[in-house]
Amino acid sequence: MNSSSGKGSMSTASSSAAWKTGDVVPDKFPAGLRVLVVDDDPTCLMILEKMLRTCLYEVTKCNRAETALCMLRENKNGFDIVISDVHMPDMDGFKLLEHIGLEMDLPVIMMSADDGKHVVMKGVTHGACDYLIKPVRIEALKNIWQHVVRKRRNEWKDFEQSGSVEEGDRQQKQSEDADYSSSANEGNWKSSKKRKDDEDETDERDDTSSLKKPRVVWSVELHQQFVTAVNQLGIDKAVPKKILELMNVPGLTRENVASHLQKYRLYLRRLSGVSQHQGNLNNPFISSQETTFGPLSSLNGLDLQTLAATGQLPAQSLATLQAAGLGRSTAKSGVPLPLVDQRNIFSFENPKLRFGEGQQQHMNNNKQINLLHGIPTTMEPKQLASLHHTAQSIGNINMQVTSHGAQSGQNSSLLMQMAQPQARGPTLDSTVGHAPRLPSSMGQPILSNGIAANVSTRNGIPENIRAPGYNPVSQTSSMLNFPMNHTSELPGNSFPLGSTPGISSLTSRRAFQEEVNSEIKVPSGFMPSYAIFNDLNQHKPQNWELENVGMTFDASQHSNSLQGNLDLTQSVLVQQGFSSRQVNGQSRSAAVVSKAVFSAADGTEHVIAQNVNQHLDSLLVDNTIRVKSERVADASAANLFPDHFGQEDLMSALLKQQEGIAPAENEFAFDGYSMDNIPG
Amino acid sequence: MRQSFFDEEILDRQFIQLEKLEDRENPNFVEEVLTLYFRDSTTLLATIEREMENVPIDFPKVDRILHQLKGSSASIGANKVRNEITKTRELWQQGNREGAKATFQEARKEHDTLKAKLEPYFQQLRQAGPAETAMRPR
Repeated sequence: MNSSSGKGSMSTASSSAAWKTGDVVPDKFPAGLRVLVVDDDPTCLMILEKMLRTCLYEVTKCNRAETALCMLRENKNGFDIVISDVHMPDMDGFKLLEHIGLEMDLPVIMMSADDGKHVVMKGVTHGACDYLIKPVRIEALKNIWQHVVRKRRNEWKDFEQSGSVEEGDRQQKQSEDADYSSSANEGNWKSSKKRKDDEDETDERDDTSSLKKPRVVWSVELHQQFVTAVNQLGIDKAVPKKILELMNVPGLTRENVASHLQKYRLYLRRLSGVSQHQGNLNNPFISSQETTFGPLSSLNGLDLQTLAATGQLPAQSLATLQAAGLGRSTAKSGVPLPLVDQRNIFSFENPKLRFGEGQQQHMNNNKQINLLHGIPTTMEPKQLASLHHTAQSIGNINMQVTSHGAQSGQNSSLLMQMAQPQARGPTLDSTVGHAPRLPSSMGQPILSNGIAANVSTRNGIPENIRAPGYNPVSQTSSMLNFPMNHTSELPGNSFPLGSTPGISSLTSRRAFQEEVNSEIKVPSGFMPSYAIFNDLNQHKPQNWELENVGMTFDASQHSNSLQGNLDLTQSVLVQQGFSSRQVNGQSRSAAVVSKAVFSAADGTEHVIAQNVNQHLDSLLVDNTIRVKSERVADASAANLFPDHFGQEDLMSALLKQQEGIAPAENEFAFDGYSMDNIPG
Repeated sequence: MRQSFFDEEILDRQFIQLEKLEDRENPNFVEEVLTLYFRDSTTLLATIEREMENVPIDFPKVDRILHQLKGSSASIGANKVRNEITKTRELWQQGNREGAKATFQEARKEHDTLKAKLEPYFQQLRQAGPAETAMRPR
């Protein structure tokens, strides 16, 4: 589908609008719609083919999932929609669904004789745009073209939205995205990528980047609305259609909501795994921050504490979050523990920071990250500002943040380190969770994830934010997953997140620009921080939470330029007043990054590096890892990648990262962190 | 004859859907599909029977095959066959091997009955020729 190249290019959009397979005359649509149908049952396959032909579609049938994937890969623009059976011998239908969503981003309809609620739900959560029960009637097939139209419209819309929102950013992002996708980016990204141990992530990123499509930018406000709607309906009853109605946002499609919901659910799941307060998380989350990142709340819980302390967060939410966060950290792969500790330590001080950061970050991640960051990020920019004040606390917060994301203790250390110098400023990056270390100024390398995540965010964010260590946050974008991997890689560069596509820009930043001029637009940068957490947690779901926390900070800091899809605009201005101290001396850049005030305003990852004292340096490094986790959380939140990774993509990316990250993260202990990498 | 299928609920409305798909280009579409179906189903049924007696029993495998049979039977409108298969699968999932086996035999019986009845039906259609086919109530 042409839509896949959404990169902002208007032309793409227009071509998408045309969507035509090229051969079909627009008037004849939906005739000529190119359908790929996959089913191992020859009888069904034959019937479906005939039915589709009768609808005047162009049908290609296939009885094996592998074959279908090959076909799709060879000819990325050769099909408009895919219909697939759920149960197949060589590959699970849902797996195929995920692949398609990630690589080609085509609408996929699932089919089965099984109409059990769980299976259908699985279809929804995996991103299927519809689910048909066998026996399939021709009437059901006559309307499948609507999914194609809808998807295209969304992309187009996203594209437009993002374009209008931040022209500059977009362009930056786009170019960045392009860079990312081409993996030729400034080398930062690439290097980070290389650094990433996680091959998967890289692959995913590449894929996603190439898929860049305009996506709905889940700004903080939007996410807030989303979460409100979900809570209103009840998490069990929250179906995309109803959520959409409740949200009443013009231009938002059910698809957008569905994918966002999917991510959100994963996030929640992770949170619940960690903390029992899941439900609470959401609430506090919302209340505390606009970022309704619910899921993050768990992470944020930790931060929340601090935040709450700062008065930013409602006390209750804090409790919840904390519990969640704490719970999570432990729950998570164990790694979190280190973080948890850290977090607690910091939780008070930087609560604000976290939030602010988190918020910012979130925003960027659009959906995913937001969740993660939600917690911290909910702190609106202004919060960040306040955070700055709390600079001291920030250090802590950052730590927390990192701790969250970085579950893996490592981050915390990074954060900690970062936090030190800057204890003040919203070391948002504190996501670094290593709070213990850097007690104060942890500018938090917002998890390098952010940085990595920022990959996209960076769009131009000069901020140093993110300087490599920063990764944390913003990058939540799909790259986030990398953070984990990256972080390990990028020791110095908080960016290790580098993986975060967007981050690459960040990493380069490493230079900490301490004062974060960073406009770190961490687009999805937010996620990166998560990624860090991811590593820690390994548990994807959990990581998310923790990570989110970390990420949020970072992300916010990076102004999540990562947004890519993320609405970093959340004004994540992570004003990390980092004084880019290099927290260990190394990650300073990271620290700085944290500052990257994620001015995620509008999701544009502009991370206003305002004072982001990003102690990111250290944090960043860690954060990067964390970012990853966040990414995963958002998974699809196109986080980091400006490309609009489908959320699903991100999710998977994140999830992957998480898995990969977890072990690595621990190594990040910032202290020993060889931030060398950080191009300070 | 055709009507009797519906009256006896051997076939359901899905079958009519298939009939609707027939056109000039595919005049024998229904027969083709049914042939394909029986070819497949006969094999699957044999496999299930064998696996049910196997030691050790591969529960998931049987379940998968039952699921597939259910899907294809439903797709052609083989109403009774589908119902029996569904029952078999439920019992199987509950771990009721004996019950499942018994029900499976029922399913098999329905399947063979359907096959036996459809064969002369299609033969009749073929003999009637295109004109008759066109006039066939839809």
